[in-house]
Amino acid sequence: MSKDIIVIEELDKVYDNDFKALSKINLSIRRGEIFALLGANGAGKTTLIGVVCGLVNATSGTVTVGGYDHVKNYRSARSLIGLVPQELYLDPFLNVMETLAIARGFYGKKPDKKLLEQVLRDLSLWEKKDDKVQQLSGGMKRRVLIGKALMNEPEVLFLDEPTAGVDVDLRRGMWELVSKLKERGTTIILTTHYIEEAQDMADRIGVIIDGQISLVEEKETLMKQFGGKNLKIHLAEKLQKLPRWCDEGNLTLSEDGMTLTYTYKASESTGITALLTQLKEEGINMVDLSTEETSLEEIFVNLTHNDS
Amino acid sequence: MNIIGLKTLYLKEMSRTFRVPGQTLLSPVLTTALYFIVFGSAVGTQLGSIDGVSYAQYIVPGLIMMALLTNALSAASSGIYFPKFIGTKYELLSAPLSYLEITLGFALASASRAMIISVIIYLVSLFFTPIPIEHPLLALLFASLTAFAFSLFGLVIGIWADSFEKLSIFPVLIITPLSFLGGIFYSIDILPPLWQKLSLINPIVYMISGLRWSFFGITDINPLISFGMICIFTVACSLVLSWMFRTGYRIKS
Ligand SMILES: Nc1ncnc2c1ncn2[C@@H]1O[C@H](COP(=O)(O)OP(=O)(O)O)[C@@H](O)[C@H]1O
Ligand SMILES: [Mg+2]
Repeated sequence: MSKDIIVIEELDKVYDNDFKALSKINLSIRRGEIFALLGANGAGKTTLIGVVCGLVNATSGTVTVGGYDHVKNYRSARSLIGLVPQELYLDPFLNVMETLAIARGFYGKKPDKKLLEQVLRDLSLWEKKDDKVQQLSGGMKRRVLIGKALMNEPEVLFLDEPTAGVDVDLRRGMWELVSKLKERGTTIILTTHYIEEAQDMADRIGVIIDGQISLVEEKETLMKQFGGKNLKIHLAEKLQKLPRWCDEGNLTLSEDGMTLTYTYKASESTGITALLTQLKEEGINMVDLSTEETSLEEIFVNLTHNDS
Repeated sequence: MNIIGLKTLYLKEMSRTFRVPGQTLLSPVLTTALYFIVFGSAVGTQLGSIDGVSYAQYIVPGLIMMALLTNALSAASSGIYFPKFIGTKYELLSAPLSYLEITLGFALASASRAMIISVIIYLVSLFFTPIPIEHPLLALLFASLTAFAFSLFGLVIGIWADSFEKLSIFPVLIITPLSFLGGIFYSIDILPPLWQKLSLINPIVYMISGLRWSFFGITDINPLISFGMICIFTVACSLVLSWMFRTGYRIKS
């Protein structure tokens, strides 16, 4: 069994209006990982998922899912997939249980009462099982959509902006579910433009900008490579200005003159000891030290800026 | 073949029909009964018989056919338009369903619905006049094949339509006039020669004529030709549909 469950090669998508939404996408998704596809609105995330799942015709390039070509062997490929679309696409006249049962039927699988109950309970929809979909709140509709995808017992689950417009509680519940699915071995691909989501959940992160994958990296590595750390030095007395020996780029003084911030990269020799020694020699006294990591958000902003 | 998927789609579409039985079943019955009262009983008694069949009896196959056509067409076209409109087409496109299975799921459901309505109309007609059927199996064959053909036609329209106006324009602008001109109320033999020739390009003429022949054994067109024309119509719609699915025309982007 190959370690990659999805392999996308040289994928292009040009829409009918000649808009090039994807260009030369090469991307492999590893079995069992949580992969976050990060990109601004309009970057091409939904288009990319659409191509893999059969909603959008690729202009050129190949996609395999579990080794099956997504066009030639579409049945086998799609049997492995569960798709949770970005929009709340649901039949308003069906009730929750019917919606889920029908979804399973379309996948060609026999009704499974136990699974149905399990999925409904996992998503806290059991009490709502007889309600018509149109009476549900947005957050519940989102969960019904997830439930539909899970009725296929998918090996790969696509979540297209799963937390857009969802409240904090529900978002937390969603992440618990995602972790549970990962434990069961499900591969999860989620798109988001909320950076914290990628930061909290993903094993690997891909950044898509204007239809091109500009970076794919382990989250940890990414944080190390691009992310810096800040050392905050809280001073005992107010400092009028930075000492002359300071390297301007790395050290900044807060406006009130009470805090020095030293920025360094976690991967390099940090120079913290040297700095602290120097401060001591200068007779600058400190009361406290703290460090904080720069977030993916800053990394992301850096990346998009470098690109344009 | 994804039989379970096909069956799921069929049953989902059928339940859509019976969700609003008043609208789907009652209204065609009421309309037909009205036609019957006006043309069959009131006007018809003044008209005498055509080829030995009373006028009230004569119009029954035509009325059945008209209801069959309109219902097959509108059930299929709205059936496939709806998921496009509300976005749920994603679940069909991303499921392991072939285009053939999707087509059959929708078309068999619309054809079944049309057949159920036809049978009801036949039963309603029996309240007004006795209607023996000379070739019951062939009548069934004609009706079901036509229902299937017009369901395919409905799918073509439902895929093509990108607005509700376009969706409803076909039944109103084409099917109703062509049914009226297709010999529901008269035999095309009574038309002047030019109009007779023109009538022959109307596919509905063959469908009505075929069903009337299987009811009463009388006809203005050879039933084999009628049968052939229905088959040609079915094949033509299938070809257009298969092109639409293959290219993703207004289904995929
Ligand atoms: N059917 C379509 N026809 C033409 N352009 C489209 C179509 N769908 C999406 N696009 C365009 O392709 C780009 C990528 O869209 P999308 O994949 O939805 O981005 P994302 O999901 O990252 O927000 C956008 O500029 C969008 O306007
Ligand atoms: Mg999107």
